[in-house]
Amino acid sequence: MKIKYPQWFYRLASPKWFYAISGKLLPWFTIAALLLLVIGTIWGLVFAPQDYQQGNSFRIIYVHVPSAILAQSCYMMMAAAGAVALIWKIKVAHMVARSCAPIGASMAIIALVTGAIWGKPTWGAWWVWDARLTSMLILLFLYFGVMALYSAFDSEAAGDKAGALLALVGVVNIPIIKYSVEWWNTLHQPATFKLTEKPAMPPEMWIPLLVMILGFYLFFAVVVMMRIRNEVLQRERKSDWVRAIVTDL
Amino acid sequence: MGQFNDFSEFLAMGGHGLYVWLCYGLVFLILIINIMSPWLTKRRIVAEQKRRIRRGDNNES
Repeated sequence: MKIKYPQWFYRLASPKWFYAISGKLLPWFTIAALLLLVIGTIWGLVFAPQDYQQGNSFRIIYVHVPSAILAQSCYMMMAAAGAVALIWKIKVAHMVARSCAPIGASMAIIALVTGAIWGKPTWGAWWVWDARLTSMLILLFLYFGVMALYSAFDSEAAGDKAGALLALVGVVNIPIIKYSVEWWNTLHQPATFKLTEKPAMPPEMWIPLLVMILGFYLFFAVVVMMRIRNEVLQRERKSDWVRAIVTDL
Repeated sequence: MGQFNDFSEFLAMGGHGLYVWLCYGLVFLILIINIMSPWLTKRRIVAEQKRRIRRGDNNES
């Protein structure tokens, strides 16, 4: 039996439709991301109270936590897109997965480096080989591996498949990152936000953090759309509609 | 303003200025790179395509 999916499902899979809709969304997402990031940064740096133990180094949380969360969400999105692409052979899904990798890697770098800089005044060490830090480092290496596979083949289709497969295998690392602070003894503090409990910090501290997290997600939406649009232009370059767009640009 | 009495106090971050500003500087740099990279790629793709269309080359590899 042939399954009939709703029409939006087919539309979503159409590069042309994606290019049109993302072009309409991009300016609004850019404005929203910029606003949230500027407000969140000023709020976190100037107005949020300092931590009674850590002092002002605590303000690093406003870039460290959002980048760490995004590095993991981005990985999940990359793996999910890779799975969709492998199962349904959808072109756009491969473009999405490929576009996620470098952005996620850059977020993992931010999380690791700001964590190290924060660790120095707080723990007295730039780096410790504990579970949370090590599993985040593995996440970065997974991103590098996926990026390397995506560009390792002459044939784009072979690269797409290999990259998506490694992305899928690497998903096992995500729950390890999440639970690393509970399963093993660690210097790293537990999660700031939990679904079941109130945050351990006062609202003056966590509201700006929430603003920054939203800002980072919107920023991700902007840059991932930019990258996917480039993939569309590149891969569909022989189609009439892309030739028409390029001629007008 | 905010938690600080003056601008030099804000820069000093209670002695943690170096750590805080290093982090925010790095984030700013990486976010800018994230924007610039696809923007430059798009310019390159469009330029290449235009050249190809001008040549009337439909069968590039």
